[in-house]
Amino acid sequence: MIPELGHFALVLAFALAVVQSAVPLVGVARGYGSWMSVAIPAARAQFCCVALAFATLAYCFYVSDFSVAYVAQNSNTQLPTPYRLSAVWGAHEGSLLLWVLILGVWTTAVSFFNKGLPSDITATVIGVMGLVSMAFLLFLLLTSNPFIRLASPPADGADLNPLLQDPGLVVHPPILYTGYVGFSVAFAFAMAALIRGRLTTQWARWVRPWTVMAWTFLTLGIALGSWWAYYELGWGGWWFWDPVENASFMPWLLGTALIHSLAVTEKRGTFKNWTVLLAIGAFALSLLGTFLVRSGVLTSVHAFATDPARGIFVLAILGIAIGGSLSLFAWRGPQALAGAGYGAVSRETFLLANSLLLAVATSTVLLGTLYPLVLDALNLGKISVGPPYFNLMFSIVMAPLVLLLGIGQFSRWKGDTLARIGLELKYALSGCVTLGFVCVAMLKPEGRLAAGTGLAFAFWILASVAAGLWQRIAPHGRGAVRLNLLSPAFLGQCIAHTGFALSIIGIVLTSYETVDLHTRMAPGETKNVGPYAFEFVKLREYKGPNYDATEGTFRITKDGALVAELTPEKRNYTVRAMPMTEAGIAPGLTRDLYISMGEPLGGGAWSVRLHYKAFVRFIWLGALVMALGGIVAIGDRRFRLATRTSDERHTAKA
Amino acid sequence: MTPRQRRLWAVVLVLIGMGIATALILTAFNKNLMYFYSPSQISAGEAPQERPFRVGGLVVRGSVKRAPNSLAVHFTLTDTIKNVDVTFDGILPDLFREGQGIVANGKLGGDGVFVASEVLAKHDENYMPPEVAAALKKSNPNYRHNGAAP
Repeated sequence: MIPELGHFALVLAFALAVVQSAVPLVGVARGYGSWMSVAIPAARAQFCCVALAFATLAYCFYVSDFSVAYVAQNSNTQLPTPYRLSAVWGAHEGSLLLWVLILGVWTTAVSFFNKGLPSDITATVIGVMGLVSMAFLLFLLLTSNPFIRLASPPADGADLNPLLQDPGLVVHPPILYTGYVGFSVAFAFAMAALIRGRLTTQWARWVRPWTVMAWTFLTLGIALGSWWAYYELGWGGWWFWDPVENASFMPWLLGTALIHSLAVTEKRGTFKNWTVLLAIGAFALSLLGTFLVRSGVLTSVHAFATDPARGIFVLAILGIAIGGSLSLFAWRGPQALAGAGYGAVSRETFLLANSLLLAVATSTVLLGTLYPLVLDALNLGKISVGPPYFNLMFSIVMAPLVLLLGIGQFSRWKGDTLARIGLELKYALSGCVTLGFVCVAMLKPEGRLAAGTGLAFAFWILASVAAGLWQRIAPHGRGAVRLNLLSPAFLGQCIAHTGFALSIIGIVLTSYETVDLHTRMAPGETKNVGPYAFEFVKLREYKGPNYDATEGTFRITKDGALVAELTPEKRNYTVRAMPMTEAGIAPGLTRDLYISMGEPLGGGAWSVRLHYKAFVRFIWLGALVMALGGIVAIGDRRFRLATRTSDERHTAKA
Repeated sequence: MTPRQRRLWAVVLVLIGMGIATALILTAFNKNLMYFYSPSQISAGEAPQERPFRVGGLVVRGSVKRAPNSLAVHFTLTDTIKNVDVTFDGILPDLFREGQGIVANGKLGGDGVFVASEVLAKHDENYMPPEVAAALKKSNPNYRHNGAAP
């Protein structure tokens, strides 16, 4: 009875999504105010239905109702309760339901926070988001229904994939999806601007907080995923350029470009074309990510679906969304998107160049991710693209990006001269170059030139942040104390850029100074990794709730003093007979010590990985700081109080 | 310069930049492509000698031999028609087992032994890497993997 209730709620949600999109959109086209006003109640009702369906599925997991096929495949009576909840989104059907649920959350949020928004724009935005909901609800109902019953339920379930039985994985999918799906708001606003044929600076002010919010969640989600891969996969790597990682990274890159382009559209009324294209692109890449991860074309932890109908369905949604929005762009774009001019050397130019570079970075990742799939689909051979390609391309694109980021900070809107900018940044530039050289001199010879360059780039970002702050609070220069210019939006930018610099420092130092020792060890033996001595003390076996484990105890000392005692494990999850590695990690701000056990080699000896990783925490710390910057920026009152609809207010603030 | 000329220059510069970027991307891309070969293709001499590539197949039961004092391991991969010998010095993935389908990255040595730099096995006991499944099917149309769900 309960699963049928969920199924029914899902059908009802689909019907409401049809109402939510069709009625307001027709209302907007014909100018019927009462039809437009259907949008908000329909969206909220649709969300309630999806939430009910989701709660029903969660309940089925909670009581272990194995008559539901999806529960039987992904849960087990021995599965600890928190993981029963996360098992709801542990596989294909449930994670799609989560996708639709989060879309509902965003739509409902738009239905509440729309003060100052003209009713036709609200109706169009919610209507467009309703179209997306409709497509995904139909997808759920037709190809991926989580409520299908089994004629003869098994006595016990097949258990959740052990890789997903981890606290990090409980929160990673919802946060990542919140980011992904959040770009649908920017997309819907872009569609509304095209449909209504006007795109104002006011429009950019509406879209900015939504986009920054989505970007913040995506940043957190990606960082969580990377952190999880680091400690759970047991290889000690933090990024593998795996197609699934790329699928989440591409919308992030374009989303970053979108945030910056939106800022220019809001402040200067230009880049409208580009902003709209980026909004379409970021959402299209989110859909592509869903397609890649959910269709089964990729083989990875995340790929659950093997049913080709599902892949084709998502591909159809993707095709309609991209094709439709781009056609609309081509048709309505020229009227709606005329903008103000700007000089060849100006802050606009640098921001444009950087968003182009981000787009180039996105396309290199896209090429490396899709090309093997396309070749395979056309039966032209099976290939794979190695991480060196991505690493190389990334460093090539990031170098000018970081350089321009700093220059852009120093330059003025509308028009500037290279001579003036040069005058302003000569100290910062020479300081960073000097610091870079100091670093090179201090580091040990192997690879220090690359590391020093990388660090100099990070210092450059920090210098530009400091100089930006100084410019605004310094009493000299242009006029009085400008504390009022320290708006949350500006502070958020400074914080986010600092986070970016921290991540770069982490990436550079981790790649520069990492010791990976793969070795054979028996209890009683000691191996040295850098200045640390790793002693394999003992082995013991124990039984977990749904696994058997072998646990090693390692004592790490430095110059005779105890640094940490770690207990890495090798677990065997009994239901799926699947071995899992639980790494032992001694975290630290400047270094991580990391042990993972490979396999028994006979005679009590094991193959083990011993890692020393310098500054690896900075990578995720930087991402956290970036997300914090996003949160601070959303707090800007300008985004909430701006209700004036005066078009094209060109406030050429410095 | 008139605004028109300036715009022209900007377009030319962007085009040059994009050209350079494309050339770089494609070069880097080409250098890092790895092709997949089945044991049958390797024994037919189709695999490159210098360039790294991937090979996949089933680990022949009883073929895994470990060196006594290091991590070096030796095993044979098969696509049920032909075999290829593989050596690897490192830690095998959790799901590496005899009889299991795996993929290895590396180079072919002069003696015909494949020197793997990385061995991949996926996160599911019934899982068969699709390259391996396709290679098995291609070389032996009658082959059926027992218990392979996908």
